Amino acid sequence: MAQRGIREYDGKRIIYQNWKDYFSDAFEYDFKSVLVTPETDFDKLPEQHPWLKTTPLVAKPDMLFGKRGKLGLVLYKINKPGDVTYEDAVKWIKQKMQEEVEINGVKGHLTHFLIEPFVPHKPEEEYYVAFSMGDDYDTVYMSAFGGIDVEENWDKVSEVKIPPTASDEEIEKLIKQNVPKEISDKETYADFVTRAFKMFRDLHFVYFEINPLVLVGRKAYLLDFVGKVDDTAAFVVGKKWGELEFPSGFGRDLTPEEKYIKELDEKSGSSLKLTILNPEGRIWTLVAGGGASVVYADTVADMGYVNELANYGEYSGNPTRTETREYVKTILDLMTRKKHPSGKPKILLIGGAIANFTDVAKTFDGIIDAFKEYAEKMRQVGVKIYVRRGGPNYEVGLKKIKQAAEELGLPIEVYGPELHMTDIVRKALEEEKAA
Amino acid sequence: MSRPDYLLFDRNTKAIFWNLNTNAIQRMLDYDYVVGRSPSIAAIVAPTSERSFEKFFYGTTEIIIPIYKSTKDAAKFHPEADVLLNFASFRTAYSVTLEAFEIPTIRTIIITAEGIPERFARDMRIKAKQLGKWIIGPATVGGIAPGAFRIANTGGTIENIIASKLHRPGSVGLVTRSGGLFNELSNIIARNADGVAEGIAIGGDRFPGSDFLDHMLRFEKNPQVKFMILLGEVGGEAEYKVVEAVKNGLITKPVIGWCIGTISKFFGGEVQFGHAGAKAGADRETADAKNRAMREVGIHVPNNFNELPHVIKGIYEMLRGEGKIQPVVEPEVPPIPEDLSKAIREGKVRKPTNFICTISDDRGEEATYCGVPISEVIEKNLSIADVIGLLWFKRKFPDWASGFIDMVIRVVADHGPAVAGAHNTKVTARAGKDLMSSLATGILTIGPRFGGAIDGAAKYFKMAYEKNMSPHEFVEYMKNVEKIPIPGIGHRVKSTKNPDKRVELLKNYARRNFPKIELLDYALEVEKVTTSKKENLILNVDGTIGVLLVDLFKAIGYSNEEVDKLIEAGAFNAFFVLGRSIGFIGHYLDEKRLDMPLYRHPTDDILYDVKRPEGI
Repeated sequence: MAQRGIREYDGKRIIYQNWKDYFSDAFEYDFKSVLVTPETDFDKLPEQHPWLKTTPLVAKPDMLFGKRGKLGLVLYKINKPGDVTYEDAVKWIKQKMQEEVEINGVKGHLTHFLIEPFVPHKPEEEYYVAFSMGDDYDTVYMSAFGGIDVEENWDKVSEVKIPPTASDEEIEKLIKQNVPKEISDKETYADFVTRAFKMFRDLHFVYFEINPLVLVGRKAYLLDFVGKVDDTAAFVVGKKWGELEFPSGFGRDLTPEEKYIKELDEKSGSSLKLTILNPEGRIWTLVAGGGASVVYADTVADMGYVNELANYGEYSGNPTRTETREYVKTILDLMTRKKHPSGKPKILLIGGAIANFTDVAKTFDGIIDAFKEYAEKMRQVGVKIYVRRGGPNYEVGLKKIKQAAEELGLPIEVYGPELHMTDIVRKALEEEKAA
Repeated sequence: MSRPDYLLFDRNTKAIFWNLNTNAIQRMLDYDYVVGRSPSIAAIVAPTSERSFEKFFYGTTEIIIPIYKSTKDAAKFHPEADVLLNFASFRTAYSVTLEAFEIPTIRTIIITAEGIPERFARDMRIKAKQLGKWIIGPATVGGIAPGAFRIANTGGTIENIIASKLHRPGSVGLVTRSGGLFNELSNIIARNADGVAEGIAIGGDRFPGSDFLDHMLRFEKNPQVKFMILLGEVGGEAEYKVVEAVKNGLITKPVIGWCIGTISKFFGGEVQFGHAGAKAGADRETADAKNRAMREVGIHVPNNFNELPHVIKGIYEMLRGEGKIQPVVEPEVPPIPEDLSKAIREGKVRKPTNFICTISDDRGEEATYCGVPISEVIEKNLSIADVIGLLWFKRKFPDWASGFIDMVIRVVADHGPAVAGAHNTKVTARAGKDLMSSLATGILTIGPRFGGAIDGAAKYFKMAYEKNMSPHEFVEYMKNVEKIPIPGIGHRVKSTKNPDKRVELLKNYARRNFPKIELLDYALEVEKVTTSKKENLILNVDGTIGVLLVDLFKAIGYSNEEVDKLIEAGAFNAFFVLGRSIGFIGHYLDEKRLDMPLYRHPTDDILYDVKRPEGI
């Protein structure tokens, strides 16, 4: 993975924790945000954050999706703006946690909310600023028309391209020259944007948006924040991020199996990936390589069986025998939980290109270990195995897997590089059609 | 050595390999040997390596490749190397690349690490372009210029390289993202056309250091390349640059293109298929959109991956028919010497061994003591005496025997600072020597007069008992025939009236726990004779241990001859050496703690009787 969305709460927390390094004494930011989860004890919260009881509040979900205002998911008034008490917010959040909601066509439950003080301000004080990382430039987006209608007013947004090689002086100049004319205090705004840009760049954000941004003298209010970071930079700036969670998108919570493989992947020098597409599907893939795995999935879909495709995943980078065994067991476990209602056998595609340096025999040993543990279940559910693989030690690997499957009473067909890579998909599905 | 701009590698290319990755380096040298060129690795950079060179095979002969601490040093001594194979980890690959930017002789940098921060990857690419340098990667296996230069592991095993015709140039310029599919495509191209002229896997990250188009523009100029194959992926815009170049006439040679990831349309962009860069941010970035755009400008696009081989075959045969591609003359491939270890593993050769080991094995998942994994030794709570049983005598001692061995070690662990061995240890420690030297001087003192009595006692008592000598006869025999005091008899201060407590404990333990104590009983009869002459001629600690060890080994099944062999080998003395080492180490540590100065023996303690010889 690389670019990961982060919660608004975490974004603001990171900004606050690094505020001094970038905004020093030029601006002040009073970080008052509370993240509420299903585990939160609402009775204890005000003890840690006394302002919850003394300030009018705003509450909103914090689960990566945007347009919360338009979805009616921002609580800022009961009768009139700025009259939300802590009790109101708690009641609203509890109620929202119960309801099933649909966001962008995905149904699910709201679990994470943000509570912040209500900041009274005039619409003309709502600025917009955002940064994104592109192929050749970083882009700065600036506008005097922040708030929920920024997209409608996109023609008023000033875009500045900042070359990665630009010096601090050049960055400052480029931003200053392009501050939109509608902004009254250009000097202050440009200063803020320049400092924020450096933070965006140094902390390996790939997207960074404050909308609206309210500047009152030296005080900055970040009313809404959207951010994405490059998680591969954790070894560079992880300390500055602090403890940072990368939630999956709304309604796309990882299954326990996906989570297990993700943890396995994070611990390993090799690559282990698993996405469950349709646990009821009959076609399961166990493919080596980031590229080959996609081609296998493409081919299944291309032959009209996308609805039967149960998973997408890959293992690569010479995983150990144990890692491979754990990976395969996870898939076999999912696959053999129940018979397909149609009574038809399930198909396991063990595929891959011709490996460069992955030891095929060794990874196949891991697969065989898993077969041994799941052979009985596999026989019960009915699993037909198709293998195609090449690379270091492939002859040994293919021989072993064939022998092992036959000894375990599992039907198997085994091919090497003499067969076109995805031909096992064709073979499997043609047999399927004939049946 | 000049080569046309459009070539990054030729048969003279030399590279610096950053990281002592012996497997990848050996694979490159095997390739060099197979294609009949000189070794392509000029130097290795390994900042933490203690060594200044490493040996590798080139064919059947061994060559030496120097190791440097920095790329700068390597480049200084090897200015002919214009390629840096940056095999540093994702943590260091960026700084290694920045260092290489400063070195004018380095033109091309290949970066293999996966997980380099995107901002670093992007900035590397931009800087490289400004400097006129090439980056291939990150997150790539690299690429290959068949017959000329192979990057590290590209192409896999030598057998696969030859099967995929990557050992000599064909007509196809190949670009892919994925390394695994690169290999697969090479195989398909060898089967359906005449092989690859040059192939590059640009890597799976969002910001590759060089793009499909960068390489395809080189291929366009390279007369060896007759047509090109582009294997793209869902996500990003890189394929559109190629589409534009074809449209604008920058690329005129036939191009076959296919973007993988057509499946993603079924999952609304929610699922990350494949590499980090492979996620469509917009409709334009989907595989279908890109395949469509390629097809529209005349790139040959199959309907699916399964059709790709047929399209390749079609274009190849067309160009053959037009006379644009000449048949390849297949070069002779020298036999590749096989590694001995591999051949042995596969049962192809055999070789007599020079050493035998029957007590331990470190080859499996876990090292074993005489077949018992070390973890089991701990889990079963085996004692040090049990471990001695396994490693010295290859058996599990019964508990009573282990208990005795444990007692022996505790009893002999130390005997004060004045005894010869401990004294020598202390003197050596005070001379400022290290643990090993001080301990060794102590141990080297052990011999017939100090500590060696265990062996001697065991030997002579056993002999006498087996020959049925009466205690009297034995005492006479030692006096008249061997002409030595009986080993294990006698003590400086202890006597029948003032018995040695340690001896009493050992004897009592044996009486209670040993199945038989024949030799001890015999020795005690002998003691009666000797003490009748002089009170302090008792069976001492060494003697007791010696005879009881004989009883012990007899009781656990050793024959008389086997016990003799143990004694001859010094096995009994070994208990003393092991136990007393505890004391010696204690004396050494004591000296270090006290920080005593060098010891010089006082002259008044020495009788000087030096006489000048005559005639000088």
